[in-house]
Amino acid sequence: MGLDFSVVPPFAAALLTGALWTIAITASAAVLSFFGGILFAVIALYAPLFIKLPFRLFAWLFMGTPLLLQLFLIYFGLIQIGIDLPAFVAGVIGLGLHYTVYNSDIIQSGIRAVDTGQYEAARTLGLSRIQALRKIIVPQAVRSVIPPIGNNMIALLKDSALVSVIGVAELTLSSQMAISRTFRPFEFYVAAAACYYVINLGLEAGLRRIERRIQIAR
Amino acid sequence: MTDRPIIDIRNAAKSYGSLEVLKDISLQVKRGQIVAIIGPSGSGKSTLLRAINDLDPLTSGEVWLEDTQVNKKLPTRQYEAHINAVRQNIGMVFQHFNLFPHLNVRDNITLAPKMLKGLSKAEADQLAVEQLNKVGLLDRIDYYPSQLSGGQKQRVAIARALAMKPKVMLFDEATSALDPELVEEVNLVMKQLAEEHMTMIIVTHEMGFAQDVCDRVLFMDQGVVVEEGPPEVIFKAPANDRTKNFLRKHLKGQN
Repeated sequence: MGLDFSVVPPFAAALLTGALWTIAITASAAVLSFFGGILFAVIALYAPLFIKLPFRLFAWLFMGTPLLLQLFLIYFGLIQIGIDLPAFVAGVIGLGLHYTVYNSDIIQSGIRAVDTGQYEAARTLGLSRIQALRKIIVPQAVRSVIPPIGNNMIALLKDSALVSVIGVAELTLSSQMAISRTFRPFEFYVAAAACYYVINLGLEAGLRRIERRIQIAR
Repeated sequence: MTDRPIIDIRNAAKSYGSLEVLKDISLQVKRGQIVAIIGPSGSGKSTLLRAINDLDPLTSGEVWLEDTQVNKKLPTRQYEAHINAVRQNIGMVFQHFNLFPHLNVRDNITLAPKMLKGLSKAEADQLAVEQLNKVGLLDRIDYYPSQLSGGQKQRVAIARALAMKPKVMLFDEATSALDPELVEEVNLVMKQLAEEHMTMIIVTHEMGFAQDVCDRVLFMDQGVVVEEGPPEVIFKAPANDRTKNFLRKHLKGQN
């Protein structure tokens, strides 16, 4: 039996909806992991030990275990203790927290790389520790680590396919549903891959724009 | 009131382990006075300057700004509030400028007044215009620090410190990192401040400038003030051999 891509167009609307869900879940998790990463980085560097330790344990758990397992735990496991999350929310939380930990590592190194003179100058003007961090240190740190964070976001987009297993009808699950109706896995997986690729191109273009803007602004 | 010192350092001492970098230094600076601190590197002059706003806390001794003790012993949280309030009155200019590279010149100047003094954006922008006018860089208001020369950066840094309307200005080798041809523009701004009777404490390697501008010169070596007096005396007729040696090395090569 040969390949026949004409089976794909009738499912274009379903695949497009799936792609939009993929974009939605990636964007939500990206925002969560970006701000979460800043929060975790600041805690890891500046918080007292009794706050730092639980966060470190949490980070270690999220880095040391498979994302797939984390998604299962958040979606299927938490129900047992009364937390019944919609699949989309569970997916965003799982992906978001997972990448929070990775972003935090990068942002920490960015913060460490900001010259101490910057902190001193801010404190000398009368800014508090928190104000100096918020207005001077973190903005510079984040600018310097946008490229590696962008790489994480590309990985996040691809990992978003994993949420298909908890029933979020994103691109991968949409293509599987089409396959179960047509028995044409090759055509639909290629179609889905093409969609991921196009989304990725858009993401990369967006990241390049951000990098360029930041380059100008310093 | 005019006799009361604006800065009063009493028996300042600082050590890192067994290394004593400041040994029982007392210094009073009156309103409008301009004091230069000179001395070889490692003599403790920058450490003393940085103790004035508690950037480098003393091991013992007191620093007073008018009737407020700067390095008061307080619980952490109270100390934070106290020192942040005190520092608004003490401007500081650094050797490496320390402008905020992610902010343009205007925002470098207006950030602290907006955050700490509650100035509106319009008021703060007006303030930036005034201060930049003073240092002759109004045309650079929208530039980023990376687009400025070293001398321009330092002049913006001075404008940024002045925007907080400090009672005292501290200069920590403000021209040491500059190319020789850029030193003069910064010196001119400092001279202008001197004419306006800003109280200034200046750590410097520039003997010529210290001689021209300052009312008093302190020569420090190995953590002590070896000799102090008016510049005519220190530069023309120093009493101490260490001062003589230091000046011989440093005045050579100048002019």
